[in-house]
Amino acid sequence: MAGLATSFGSGAMTNSIADINEAACVLAIGTNTTQAHPIIGMNLRSAVKKGKTKLIVANPLEIGLVRDAEIWLRHRAGTDVVLLMGLMKVIVDEGLADEKFIRERGENFDAFKDSLRHYPLDLVEKVTGVPGAKVVAAARLYATSHPAAILYTMGITQHTHGTDNVMAIANLAMLTGNIGKPGSGVNPLRGQNNVQGACDMGALPNVYSGYQSVADPRVKEKFETAWGAALNPTPGKTLTEIMPLAHEGKIKAIYLMGENPSLSDPDASHVREAMQRLDFFVVQDIFLSETARLADVVLPAASFAEKDGTFTNTERRVQRVRKAIEPVGDSRPDWWITCQIAKRMGAKGFDFESPAQIMAEIARLTPSYGGISFDRLEKESLQWPCPTPEHPGTAILHTELFSRGKGHFVALDYKPPAELPDAEYPLVLTTDRSLFHYHTGTMTRKVKGLNLFRKEELVAINPGDAAGLGIADGEMVRVVSRRGRVTAKARLTEASPPGTIAMTFHFAESPTNELTNPAFDPVAKTPELKVAAVRVEKAERAAVATG
Amino acid sequence: MSDITLTINGREVKANRGMTVLEAAQAADIYIPTLCHYPDLEPYGGCRLCLVEIEKMRGLPTACTTPAADGMVVTTGSAAIDSVRHASLELILTTHPCDCLECHRRHRCGPYDVCLRHVAVTDRCVTCPANEDCELQQVVDYVGVHKLRIPRDTRPREIDASNPFFTIDRNRCILCARCVRACQEITCIGTIDMSYRGYAMKVSTFGDLPLIETDCGSCGECMVRCPVGAMFPKDIIRPEREVRTVCTYCGVGCSMYLGVKDGKITGVRGVREGPVNHGRLCVKGRFGIAEFVNHPDRLTTPLIRKNGRFEEASWEEALDLVVARLGKYRGDEVAVISSAKSTNEDNYVMQKLARAVLGTNNVDHCARL
Repeated sequence: MAGLATSFGSGAMTNSIADINEAACVLAIGTNTTQAHPIIGMNLRSAVKKGKTKLIVANPLEIGLVRDAEIWLRHRAGTDVVLLMGLMKVIVDEGLADEKFIRERGENFDAFKDSLRHYPLDLVEKVTGVPGAKVVAAARLYATSHPAAILYTMGITQHTHGTDNVMAIANLAMLTGNIGKPGSGVNPLRGQNNVQGACDMGALPNVYSGYQSVADPRVKEKFETAWGAALNPTPGKTLTEIMPLAHEGKIKAIYLMGENPSLSDPDASHVREAMQRLDFFVVQDIFLSETARLADVVLPAASFAEKDGTFTNTERRVQRVRKAIEPVGDSRPDWWITCQIAKRMGAKGFDFESPAQIMAEIARLTPSYGGISFDRLEKESLQWPCPTPEHPGTAILHTELFSRGKGHFVALDYKPPAELPDAEYPLVLTTDRSLFHYHTGTMTRKVKGLNLFRKEELVAINPGDAAGLGIADGEMVRVVSRRGRVTAKARLTEASPPGTIAMTFHFAESPTNELTNPAFDPVAKTPELKVAAVRVEKAERAAVATG
Repeated sequence: MSDITLTINGREVKANRGMTVLEAAQAADIYIPTLCHYPDLEPYGGCRLCLVEIEKMRGLPTACTTPAADGMVVTTGSAAIDSVRHASLELILTTHPCDCLECHRRHRCGPYDVCLRHVAVTDRCVTCPANEDCELQQVVDYVGVHKLRIPRDTRPREIDASNPFFTIDRNRCILCARCVRACQEITCIGTIDMSYRGYAMKVSTFGDLPLIETDCGSCGECMVRCPVGAMFPKDIIRPEREVRTVCTYCGVGCSMYLGVKDGKITGVRGVREGPVNHGRLCVKGRFGIAEFVNHPDRLTTPLIRKNGRFEEASWEEALDLVVARLGKYRGDEVAVISSAKSTNEDNYVMQKLARAVLGTNNVDHCARL
C-alpha cells in the first residue's frame, strides 16, 4: 500500500472486480487468485475463455492460472523489479508507451526513463531466468492491448523490496496509460474479508480512519475535539516491529483481537516467545487459537454470523454484515467488548449502543466514508470514496487526477532478497495458499470436509531436487532454515521450479512461519515471507499428527 | 432500454435486443417450460421443452436458442407443441424415478409423511432431496404427464458420494447438462462433462474418477443449478429463515444468505443480486461456514489464567481484570492488535481505544501477512 501511496497518492485497488471482464489483457503477477480469491479467479478464467481477455501470468510457481495464460513468465522468486523494469524497457524502446498520458498525468518520467538503461534484455534474462523473447512478447501484449489491468497480491508485497515492486507495477500501468479507465488499473487483491476495512478504519500505526495522518496537526486537532482526549502525534509501531519490541521487554502489554500471530507471523517461534514475555496479554477471539493459549485473559467474541456491522471488500465496497443468530454461549460482539473496556477505564465517547451509531461517527470523521450510513447500506453497497449522503460511490479511482495530483514515475534499483540460498541452505522457500483453507486455519480446520481435501502441510518440491535428496513423493521431510525446523510431507511436483519449494501456513502441526524471514521492507514494514533460504532433509520418522 | 416489440400469445411484449424468445417471455411473466435453461448459462437447447411456434419460421424452434426479433409473433402452446413437448418429457421421465411425479397424493403429503399406499417406503417421493423444490415436478404439472407410454429404464446408475459436501446421484439425472455447463462456463474448470453415448450417456469426470480424486474445487456451482435431485448437499436442513450477509473468508466480499433454524446456521446460499459474486460462492463460503460457527470448540465464556491454567470467569471479573492490568500501561509500553477479520465498527473502536484511552499509536493488524 505504501508503494501505491508514493506513485498515486492512495493505496487501494484502483478499479473494480467487475472491471476485469472488460480488460483486453490482464497481467497477474504474484497472485494465485484461483486459490486465494476464488470468485475473482472465476471471473478471470471466464473472461479468458470468452476470448476477450489475454492473460499473462508472472509467477515462479506453476499456479492454476498458468493453463489459462497466453504467456507465463516464470521468473525467480524476488526478481520482480528486474522483470517489470525489463518489460518497461521493451515498451519504451519499441515506442509502445502512451506518450500523451505520460505528458499529461505523469511526473519524473525522464529520470525513470533514464534508469531503464540498467535493465537490458540479457541482464533481465540472466537475473529472472525468463527467456528474453518471452519478456518481449509479454511487453508487446500488455502494451498493445487496451485496456490492460494488473492484478497482484502478496507475491509482490511480501519482500524486503515490496514497495519497489509495487512502484514498478504503478510505473508499468502509467507508462501504458492504463489508469482511470474501465478494465485497466493497478489492482492489489486484498486477502482477508476486511483487511481493506481494517486499514480504512485506522487500525494502522500512522493514520486515523480514512488514512488521515496522526502526524498532521490539523487532523490531530480534529480528532482531539471529536474524541475529547489528548492524542499522540508520533506514529506507532507496526505488527512486525511490535513483536520484537515485546521480545525486548519494551512493549509490556498487548490487547489483541481476532488474529493469530503464532502461526501467521514470520519467525513464529520468536513471536511466541515475545508474547510469552508480556506482563499482560489479552486475546479476544472466537476460538482458543494458538495465540489465545498464551494469553492472561481470553475474551470470547461473537462470530460474523452473530453480529451486525460492515466489511469493506478488496474493491473498496462497504457491505452490510447482518446478525443471523444470537452469539453462542456468553460471547459478545468485538465492538461491545472494546467499548466496555474503554468505559470501565473511565473513557468518554464509547457509549455506542449499536454498530450503526459507530458508523455514524466514522462517517462524521472520515471524508471517504462521509456518505455511508446503515440506512443507505440497507438498500445498496457503496465503494469509497463516498463523501456525501448523495454520492453514489466510486468504482474507478484516479479517472482525471491522481490522489496526489500527478502520477509519480519512480526510478528503481534491483535489490535482491535479504536471504539468498547458499551451500548450507540451498533452496528458496516461498509461501502460498490452498483453496480449501484460510490463513492459519482457525476456522477451516474445524470443517471436516475441508480437511478431507487437504488435511496437512505439503512441501511442494521439484522432482529433480527431490531426487538429489533421495526424497520420494509423500515421504516426511524436515525443512530447516536459520530460524527453525518444520516437519511435513513432501509433494513432488513440477509446479515448483528447481531450487524453490512452496508451503502454506494453514497447519499448526507444521508451522511454516517458524522458517520464514522477519526481515521487512523499510517503508511498508511487510516481511519477506516469499523468500527464505532453507534446506530439506529426510525426516527419520513421521513427527506430524495428521487429520 | 426496451428496444424491440414482439407478440407472444397475442400479447404485445417489450424486450431488449439480444434477448432470446425465452428471456423475452420470462421478462413478461409468460411461462414456457424448460429444464436445461439457466439464467447465467449459455443457451443450450437440450431438453426440447421450450418449443414454440413462430410465424414465418418452419418447425418448432426452441425458445431458449432463438433470438427475439422485432415484430416476431410467437405462440407458446398448441396441439402440435403439446404433442412434441409431451413426448420429450416422457423420454426424460423414462430415466428418472417417477413416483413423486405420478402420485395423486403428492400435493397433500408433508415432507415427512410416510407413503404406504403407492410405493415402497424406500422409494417414496419424500426421500428425494429436491422434493417440493423440483423443477421437473413443476414442468410435469404444467405439461400434464400422468402416465408413461414408454417402459421405464430402471437400470441402477452410479452414485458418486466421494465429495464430502455434495452427492451426485445419477439415478435422478435428466442429462440437462446444467452442471456440466456451470463447471465449464462459470468456474471454467471443466471437471465434469457429458460422456458416453445414447442410453449410456452420463455426467462424469475425466477417466470416470470419483469427484474427490479430480481437480474439482468443490465450489458446488454445479449442484445449485441442478433442476432435480441428482446433485444435492449432504447436509440438508430446511432453514426457518434466511439472513443476507457477507462472507467472512477472503477479500472478495461475496453476498450470501445464512440459513437459520433453532438458533444455528443450517447452510449458505449465494445471493444472485450480490454485486460482486452474482450468486456464486467457493467451497469455503458455501460449505465452510456453518460447521465452524456451530463448532463445540467455540469460546463461550471469558477465561482467566490462574496458576498457569485457564479458569472460566464472568464478564465482570474478566473485564475488571483487563481494566486493572491493561490500564496500567500507556503510550510506548502498550500495543493494540486489531483484526482484518472483524467489522469496520470493531476496528474503529479498537483504534479509538488505543489512541484516545491508552495514548498509543501502536495499533496494527495483519495487513502485511
